[in-house]
Amino acid sequence: MASGLPAHLDASRSDGADARTVLDAGALARTVDRIAHQIIEKTDGAADTVLLGIPTRGTPLARRLAARIEAFTGVAVPVGVLDVTLYRDDLRLRGARALERTDLPDSGIDGLNVVLVDDVLYSGRTVRAALDAISDLGRPRAVQLAVLVDRGHRELPIRADYVGKNIPTAASENVKVQLAETDGADAVVLTQGGTR
Amino acid sequence: MIGHLLSAADLDRDDATLVLDTAAQMAAVSGREVKKLPTLRGRTVVNLFYEDSTRTRISFEAAAKRLSADVINFGAKGSSVSKGESLKDTALTLQAMGADAVVIRHPASGAPHRLAAWVAGSVVNAGDGTHEHPTQALLDAYTMRSRLGRVDGLRVAIVGDVLHSRVARSNVLLLATLGAQVTLVAPPTLLPVGVDAWPSEVAYELDPVLGKADVVMMLRVQRERMNQSFFPSAREYSRRYGLDGRRMALLPEHAIVMHPGPMNRGMEITPQVADSARSTIVEQVTNGVSVRMAVLYLLLSGGTKEAFREG
Repeated sequence: MASGLPAHLDASRSDGADARTVLDAGALARTVDRIAHQIIEKTDGAADTVLLGIPTRGTPLARRLAARIEAFTGVAVPVGVLDVTLYRDDLRLRGARALERTDLPDSGIDGLNVVLVDDVLYSGRTVRAALDAISDLGRPRAVQLAVLVDRGHRELPIRADYVGKNIPTAASENVKVQLAETDGADAVVLTQGGTR
Repeated sequence: MIGHLLSAADLDRDDATLVLDTAAQMAAVSGREVKKLPTLRGRTVVNLFYEDSTRTRISFEAAAKRLSADVINFGAKGSSVSKGESLKDTALTLQAMGADAVVIRHPASGAPHRLAAWVAGSVVNAGDGTHEHPTQALLDAYTMRSRLGRVDGLRVAIVGDVLHSRVARSNVLLLATLGAQVTLVAPPTLLPVGVDAWPSEVAYELDPVLGKADVVMMLRVQRERMNQSFFPSAREYSRRYGLDGRRMALLPEHAIVMHPGPMNRGMEITPQVADSARSTIVEQVTNGVSVRMAVLYLLLSGGTKEAFREG
């Protein structure tokens, strides 16, 4: 499986296991808390702010962030879901996929601070698609990006406003965010031989 | 990678459900201010219509345009077809122009199957002779699901000229796949040979069927295909198989009335029924665009689903 990998990458797998846990459940919860605090700070108490989760795992993350923001400030931040599949630039390469429901909060997004929420920031292409989707849905005052993990390897000039954890990776590695809502338990795991 | 949609039988239950689920998301786009998606930008969809059609052609055109595809409309009238060009030569011309998808309506049953062998792009059957009209069946199933919440287990009566109806054939196939129970109601002269082998039941009287129907689908009496006398008179047909206010009152409270259009008002359906709250006729047109968007998306964005590789 690891054949063809540079030596230093093989060496990094000290225990010989294929998967390495980068964040456990406790660390993940603390990371979400920290991002929530940063959003509160940067958006002036989460006023006029909307969280939009990008499926699959951005959706539960956005809900968790909203819950933490409400716990810290008492402000109930509207949460929506933004499916970007129809705006992707790799449909021809990867084929048609089932669509998720796009669900905007009743407040809409016009004139508000939109915080996009996703699990992993990698090439930046998903975020590019999300920005296009947003411009078809309305005109927010500002768009920010919150991600649990930034793993580098950007292919577009995109950066996140809120980053849970920077994880330097090789392109051959794969970062898997697991959440209780979708995977049964919370963890961020680094595996070898990821295919993207 | 290229697939076709030639028959409702190409779709298994998972495929059909995927189309309906995708259509539901496409419908959300139709409610937005910007009713356009960039998904099929740079792709070319040719509407190849050898037969008159209003709603199907416009519906496919709207669907392709909402997905940002380029649309070329080709009508047999006013084209080289009236000079005697064959389907194959027309197909090769389209091929040379780089059509990514060809939506074809043709008076000859089986024409889309032939075309699929000649062009590199996806072929979508938009009605071939008296054979099939799969996107109509999909939009009907979608309409049933959005009005009644499900298709599985629904009792559907399809009433009228089954013999000449590609809508009926595609609906029987698709609805059986999706678990509905279909009853065809028609005079014996308007039922095709071999109807016993269809996954449906047959009845000759309308009234007894209505009491337990969840859906009544009225078919158009296709006068242009009537080359012999299939029933004594229009009035007699209307009295025995037409849906009027009295018959509508026999339906269960929740039941809906469908018609693929165009209607012969006063023949198979009275205006009172066609314009009632139970009628989904206008909804069917709206849903048609969403369903065709879903089909074009699934076929053209490099789909990997097995059934879409058929043909």
